[in-house]
Amino acid sequence: MLEAGVAELAEALEARRVSARELLDLFLGRIRAVDPALNAFVTVAEERARAEARAADERRAAGRPASPLDGVPVAHKDLFCTRGLRTTCGSRMLADFVSPYDAGVVERLARAGMVLLGKTNMDEFAMGSSNETSFFGPVRNPWDLRRVPGGSSGGSAAAVAARMTPAATGSDTGGSIRQPAAMTGICGLKPTYGTVSRYGMVAFASSLDQGGPMARSARDLALLMNAMAGFDARDSTSLERAPEDYARLLDLDLAGLRIGLPKEYFGAGLDPAVGARVMDAVGWFERQGARLVELSLPNTRLALPAYYVLAPAEASSNLARYDGVRYGYRAKAYTDLADMYRRTRAEGFGAEVKRRILIGTYVLSHGYYDAYYLQAQKVRRLVARDFAEAFARCDLIAGPTTPTTAFALGEKADDPVQMYLGDVYTIPAPLAGLPALSIPCGFDEAGLPVGLQLTGNYFSEARLLGAAHRFQQATDWHRRVPRETPL
Amino acid sequence: MSLTLDQVERVAELARIAVSAEEAAAVMAQLNRVLALVDELQAADTRGVAPMTHPLEHEAGVVQRRRPDEVTEPDRREEFQALAPAAEAGLYLVPRVIE
Repeated sequence: MLEAGVAELAEALEARRVSARELLDLFLGRIRAVDPALNAFVTVAEERARAEARAADERRAAGRPASPLDGVPVAHKDLFCTRGLRTTCGSRMLADFVSPYDAGVVERLARAGMVLLGKTNMDEFAMGSSNETSFFGPVRNPWDLRRVPGGSSGGSAAAVAARMTPAATGSDTGGSIRQPAAMTGICGLKPTYGTVSRYGMVAFASSLDQGGPMARSARDLALLMNAMAGFDARDSTSLERAPEDYARLLDLDLAGLRIGLPKEYFGAGLDPAVGARVMDAVGWFERQGARLVELSLPNTRLALPAYYVLAPAEASSNLARYDGVRYGYRAKAYTDLADMYRRTRAEGFGAEVKRRILIGTYVLSHGYYDAYYLQAQKVRRLVARDFAEAFARCDLIAGPTTPTTAFALGEKADDPVQMYLGDVYTIPAPLAGLPALSIPCGFDEAGLPVGLQLTGNYFSEARLLGAAHRFQQATDWHRRVPRETPL
Repeated sequence: MSLTLDQVERVAELARIAVSAEEAAAVMAQLNRVLALVDELQAADTRGVAPMTHPLEHEAGVVQRRRPDEVTEPDRREEFQALAPAAEAGLYLVPRVIE
């Protein structure tokens, strides 16, 4: 049963082969057994989960399940606010913060009957690509405990990969769902900007942030999207669109599907083993009748510097709220109000978060705004235009999710720029607001998972998921169990 | 562009983050590495390109919604103030600002 994904568990619950309480015990036991080695959970919500599982079983017994997912466990990245359960954002600043309300995504999945196992570890305020910036310590990769799981949704990725939960939520600003999904051999979808409510999702960079699902199959991602996505009036960027069935194209016909291959995604810096596995997957699509379209996204190189202006600029503004007055950490010793702010923020934030706030403050400061922020916004348009031109010629774009497989803990910790360069393939989609997903497509020589990234036009999630599902019907990369956490 | 120690101090002051004298040189070095990366932007030809402020702005019908200026939230002051590091009698406590 630990092996089962969201869809199989939903079927087992429906057929009464298992109860929500039995499932909960199973996954809580798994967490107790393997999480001490991984550190994927910041909080396990055992008591709350027991009450939710009992309620789910009662609804099933009464013949009134809340949704097909009623009773299926889920874990939330620790930046989705949960009423009565702490939400730390991986930061000392919020280490004891208990939100007075639930995030929109938390409400939706609870309304669907999903049982909340707990909150997953993450890079502090979602700033990082290795999960090493968490105040609660790094998460380890279940494929190799000496390696990082990626970030910032590294806890969610490791928890799903190690079968501690069938599904988890993540958030993606520059790759924080897709990159850890790739590095742990699972699946993750960053939806079109505005599709999933950001209400109660702690803000990092508001013009980029987007929540999304993480699971072990594309089909599971579709089922989770059906429960997660939808309009929320409390998020001013939430889109008012008719509800859609994200599973409607799982039988996608691949014949004639035009797959774009941007030359910029296969150039210098790409590990040859990663490139080879991605091309193996592309070859499979071609054998099913898909047509390959070579194309160029000429501004790809500029996406990374644009992102590292825009995201820190927005972060410096969003994180101004952490001042030690209304909630969160407050320094113990200070001389006056200004000193209280300075010390609270110096002690409450870690090095990477402070670095980004300082960069953001600088690029927005008088005399530098045009050269950095405005220029980055113009480059953002160039990046979006590249995609618009590409999608006139193809239906989806394929490439690697990351230039390398999972790197060693500490390997890039002292060099922020080396860390940032690993985001080169995941940053363009959020700059343009486009949906993109990562699915496993093989392993490198060290036995570490490789991720295939599929990017689509606005609102093409169902097609991306369909293409991914077809691939997963013919392959078993997504079923491989990490060697450090055998079943 | 790269930052001097004086500028690091100034930016830290604007950001309300204490940076000690011992940390300052290391912080400056790291910030300058990041600035060297983002300086690649200066080479981009963006003449005639309008800044993009919203990721979906060119999608038809996508506009920033507004809502009526109406009170929709209930009063939960006590619940919210229970989260504060220091609050008393409905007030948030901070160090004395006016002598």
